[in-house]
Amino acid sequence: MSISNSMRKTFVYAMLAFCSLLFIAPLFWALTTALKDPTELYQFPPKWLPSVWKFGNFAEAWTVQPFNVFLKNTVVVTVMATLGQLISCAVVAYGFARFEFKGRNFLFLVVLSTMMIPWEVTMIPQYMEFNYLGWINTLKPLIVPAWFGSAYFIFLLRQFILTIPRELDEAATIDGASKLGIFLRIIVPLMGPALILVGVFQMMSCWNDYLGPLIFLNDQSKYTLTLGLAQFKGMFGVDMQSIMAITSLISIVPLAVFFFAQRYIVGGIAGTGIKG
Amino acid sequence: MAKIAPQAATYAATLKPARKRGWGRVSPYLFVFPWLFGFLAFTLGPLIFSLVISFFDWPIVGQVKFVGFGNYVEMFTQDSLFWKSFGVTVKFAALFVPLNIVVALGLAMLLNQNVRGSAFFRTAFYLPSVISGVALAMIWAWVYSGEYGILNFFLSLVGIDGPDWLNDTKWSLVAMVIASLWGQGSMMLIFLAGLKGIPKDLYESASIDGAGRFRQFRSITIPMLSPTVLFNLITSIIAAFQQLTLALVLTGGGPLKSTYFYAMYMYENAFKYFKMGYSAANAWFMFIIVLGLSFLVFKSSAAWVYYEGEIKSGSKTKSGARRRSS
Repeated sequence: MSISNSMRKTFVYAMLAFCSLLFIAPLFWALTTALKDPTELYQFPPKWLPSVWKFGNFAEAWTVQPFNVFLKNTVVVTVMATLGQLISCAVVAYGFARFEFKGRNFLFLVVLSTMMIPWEVTMIPQYMEFNYLGWINTLKPLIVPAWFGSAYFIFLLRQFILTIPRELDEAATIDGASKLGIFLRIIVPLMGPALILVGVFQMMSCWNDYLGPLIFLNDQSKYTLTLGLAQFKGMFGVDMQSIMAITSLISIVPLAVFFFAQRYIVGGIAGTGIKG
Repeated sequence: MAKIAPQAATYAATLKPARKRGWGRVSPYLFVFPWLFGFLAFTLGPLIFSLVISFFDWPIVGQVKFVGFGNYVEMFTQDSLFWKSFGVTVKFAALFVPLNIVVALGLAMLLNQNVRGSAFFRTAFYLPSVISGVALAMIWAWVYSGEYGILNFFLSLVGIDGPDWLNDTKWSLVAMVIASLWGQGSMMLIFLAGLKGIPKDLYESASIDGAGRFRQFRSITIPMLSPTVLFNLITSIIAAFQQLTLALVLTGGGPLKSTYFYAMYMYENAFKYFKMGYSAANAWFMFIIVLGLSFLVFKSSAAWVYYEGEIKSGSKTKSGARRRSS
């Protein structure tokens, strides 16, 4: 029994190690490629580690395109959209969780069903709408919709608010607090973990977004980092170490956010399956 | 905040009688208003508008013309790219969806073995899902390099002469599937949560009854996990039909349109040729197909999804179990 058990353990560890190699090796290789001298790039078998670590590659790659501008645009979009998402979703979720009003259940059903609508269907009219408003080639289409809440986050926050005991609201009401006061001084402070989750998800999806910027931005001065990175594809004479340097640099932010907020993220994603 | 609190309280107290009549009825709508406005402006409005323009010849500049079902007729009967791209996407989905479920479930089961360091491995499996799709595509463009890529290096270690993945029509779509599987960590986490939610005593009593590991997997894990499988199945189907970033960045739809996904076809009709009405018709066709598929999967789920309620109610036999479909 114990022999077969330890054999099983060994097998599990071997499989875990092998699979993590599959997931980590490409990332590792991208990073070491970024640090190589161009002469070491095109070799077979590949060299896993550079013989000279060229940290200057990062600074050099950064100047191939106006990445400072791209970074600024990305930061503006990410910060503004995340802020908007947090505020609007918290307010709306509170409305759905704590009020009885006509049509509430129907509206909430609508919230849930909008999650099923693929973006491709609304993408073209949205483009025409933003075009009509003169927002094409500005950052607005990437920011403004976030200020009106997204269905998934509203759902997530509503579920969280439902777990906060109503006795707290009632006690505050007796003390004379208004509905808004209850929201700001009782609900919001207790929503910490759920708000972190929404903030982190929104931050990562903004930072990583490619299709939105691709469709709504034309001018290089408005580009975000992902557009800049994708633009390498059509450029000649750009070495692989520069591409991998930018790839590594723009991945640092989501990776750092992930490490910082890992326990919220893992719990949050795990929670989505349960609703099914 | 503490300073204004007493003021706010007295303010609220003075408002109280009025609130019961007017304000009290309106205020909930004020809270949900942001969503309602956004829904009308960015979802429902565009949704209706997209259906409307799918019946028009609607270039971004120039004359708008009503064509009835013309766009739909044209794409079904005259547009070979429509069928080509639809075929590519169906092939991709047929490979990706089952593999995605199997890989995600396999990884989740490995992580669920209660070995030390499983948090580390979980992070390792999930890391690629954190980075941007563009970064992922760039990394795989390099990994797939026929001459210098590490994939062919690993294959050469076991004596396989790997193809030039992205320039070989036989392998380019497979390459897309593999790269997509690499970034699907969230599905694994959902499965892991599902596995952790299965009560341990079920396994204990099964092993007392003499059930082996495989039998336990078949008779406990699979039924108990089936609601999660259903959720992941539908999510995977939707994701497969929406795959666009990889095609745009990794292959540009090539070689010879072998990775020309339906979403890319739609994208090009709209933003390369500016045939907005036609592209909207493309989008509605995809929407209906995905809805139809999800509906079929959901419908079939009555036969293979088991909800915990029926086990708790004491009936363990398959035929006797009452199925709840919500």
